Amino acid sequence: MVTEKEIWAYLEEVSDPEIPVLTVVDLGVVRAVEITETSCHVTITPTYSGCPAMKMIEEQIIEKLNEKGIENVTVSLVLSPAWTTDWLTESGKNKLREYGIAPPEHEVDKSVLFSEPTVVPCPQCKSRNTKMISQFGSTACKAHYQCNECLEPFDYFKCLK
Amino acid sequence: MSALFEYIIRLGDDSLILGHRMSEWCGHGPILEEDIAMTNIALDLVGQATSLLNYAGQVEGNGRDGDKLAFLRYDREYKNTLLVEQPNGDFGTTIMRQFLFDAYRKPLFEKLQNSSDKQLSAIAEKSLKETKYHLKHSSEWVIRLGDGTEESHQRIQEALNTLWRYSSELFYTDEVDATLLSQGIITDIAEIRAEWEVTVKNVFEEATLQIPSNNWKQEGGRKGMHSENMGYILAELQYMQRAYPNMEW
Repeated sequence: MVTEKEIWAYLEEVSDPEIPVLTVVDLGVVRAVEITETSCHVTITPTYSGCPAMKMIEEQIIEKLNEKGIENVTVSLVLSPAWTTDWLTESGKNKLREYGIAPPEHEVDKSVLFSEPTVVPCPQCKSRNTKMISQFGSTACKAHYQCNECLEPFDYFKCLK
Repeated sequence: MSALFEYIIRLGDDSLILGHRMSEWCGHGPILEEDIAMTNIALDLVGQATSLLNYAGQVEGNGRDGDKLAFLRYDREYKNTLLVEQPNGDFGTTIMRQFLFDAYRKPLFEKLQNSSDKQLSAIAEKSLKETKYHLKHSSEWVIRLGDGTEESHQRIQEALNTLWRYSSELFYTDEVDATLLSQGIITDIAEIRAEWEVTVKNVFEEATLQIPSNNWKQEGGRKGMHSENMGYILAELQYMQRAYPNMEW
């Protein structure tokens, strides 16, 4: 019989549809794997409430596990505990940086109004002299920044706590 | 109809209708970054509406899911506040509407996180994180426009003058709230209102904006009595399901 550990390893082969360099495990959206004699159940959590990738992630997980010979795969969605960028793995953060997306920095609580934008180092030239263009980027989980040194615009995977 | 169902419908409809309004900006934002920002906010709100309305359907137990509740009710059955159905107007009007709403939603979700109702608490915990971003975005724009040029100041002050009359309905309560309060599912709205008042006062001060002295208030949405805007919104929102019943894609 397949082990839980093997299932986790298979899930490492399922990539995030919007940031294909990350696997669903790197991203921290897989919360639990339960197996019985005859079935396998995977629990996932969305990064953002309206994340359009969730349905696709669910389908890809089922497809991948079926491909590995596991039948009766079910996937369910939980909202609590709510996803946080703290669940991004270290290897995930490194992959993001290499891909040209700045990984989340430690930030002050968003409820503090009037705070200065976080310093985000440029993923290309590593300069800390960067500026925020917009808090909202190409997807709900990213903000838009630009480097003042190399002038390259870049995505910042924003901190969600 | 249970009080819990009615309460979740009110929250879900606020998210749905404001999400729809924000989505109307898609492709029409004043600058590319704002177009993307407003569309992202729309997406969060529609996502929250999905969680809330699916849960309302579950509580009701009549086989209606979030889609059925979103697309197949008549206007009197929608319980969103009048504020969220107001037209987008110019960018300043949209930002002001969003700010008045975000400043209420943040403390609301903070309190609901501790609800004795597990699913409501989970939805609040999830939505709060998004709402903090929305509030930061809308409050910063209120300040930038209010304390900006003569024209931006005048326009956003006009937006405030127009929308202020709808703000008190955010704190509307009736027997639905009283029932849930006694069951420990929600907390007293007075605490949420107190926090809203502080946020609004601080941001308007920074933005050099004046709260209108005219205290006339307009309410009705929570009881299903909407402005004429609602019919136009629903005509667009429901078009597909009405024209092609049960269609999926």
